[in-house]
Amino acid sequence: MEVIDIIKPENQVFSKTCLMTDATLSYCPGCGHGTAHNLVMEVIDELGIVEDTIGVAPVGCSVLAYDFMNVDITQAAHGRAPALATAISRTWPNKYIFTYQGDGDLAAIGTAETIHACNRGENIVIIFVNNGIYGMTGGQMAPTTLPGMRTSTSPHGREIETMGSPLKITELIANLPGTYYVTRQSVHTHKHVRKAKKAIKNAFNNTRLKKGLSFIEIVSNCNSGWKMNPNESNNWMEENMFPYFPLGDIKVKGKLKQKS
Amino acid sequence: MAKVKGAIVVDTETCKGCEVCIPVCEEKVISMSTEVNRKGYHYAYMSNPDVCTGCTNCAIVCPDRAITVYRIKI
Repeated sequence: MEVIDIIKPENQVFSKTCLMTDATLSYCPGCGHGTAHNLVMEVIDELGIVEDTIGVAPVGCSVLAYDFMNVDITQAAHGRAPALATAISRTWPNKYIFTYQGDGDLAAIGTAETIHACNRGENIVIIFVNNGIYGMTGGQMAPTTLPGMRTSTSPHGREIETMGSPLKITELIANLPGTYYVTRQSVHTHKHVRKAKKAIKNAFNNTRLKKGLSFIEIVSNCNSGWKMNPNESNNWMEENMFPYFPLGDIKVKGKLKQKS
Repeated sequence: MAKVKGAIVVDTETCKGCEVCIPVCEEKVISMSTEVNRKGYHYAYMSNPDVCTGCTNCAIVCPDRAITVYRIKI
């Protein structure tokens, strides 16, 4: 059988979701943001909730998320996405509200808003993409930068003595009573993508059931900031990021998972 | 054993040549073209179409969703 016989509309098993616009993604080649955007939109499409979904875009690499995601979406001041999402969810309690934030937005300038929104247990979904660096501004050190990792503002590697330890914000907020579902996923291989999609679907279902706040961290690469090619950066992420930021569910149905 | 055959179509203008699809393809179907698209990226293409099973692994890791997958039972 020739390839031309297979390529027919009735045989199509996967294509880009209609909830992503035709705009070319502004991300570097191989960046996990693109996959994460697509996963969120695919889940919204599959659940059939596009009419009732409102997103909040952050400041950072993903500031242009409103150009790529074909849903109702607004954009918050730097780090204030959870505060804006709180307002929207209290105004329209039956809508599905999600924020999409990076580590500079959520774990640095927006720490207060994040922690208080999580502590209040707002009925929203927070998607947190953690790549351990400030990508958009030129690769400066972020709170989540690993010890010894070189960035443009820590050219000899991050020193714990002077610069402190990486912030495990996901573990931090998992200990707050308001959060219902807290998990850490990744999108660099097909297995991880499928798991991450399941987690995102779970989070939106929690919103539907009004269970409270669902928080999904996606550990991602930043190949430009890390100065590697995409596949090298994915391998580097597996070797170095995952021991510090272990993947898996941290809090399920409001109960912390015991570490075995 | 039920056999399936697949095929992929790469949107060559959307592909940014990141090569993330290559290690996830267990059948080693995808290679990078020597030609470039309008933006100057070497795009992915199906170099070994006979063994493609249409598993969609390449498409779901593609950040730009440049890959469309087709599958047929034979």
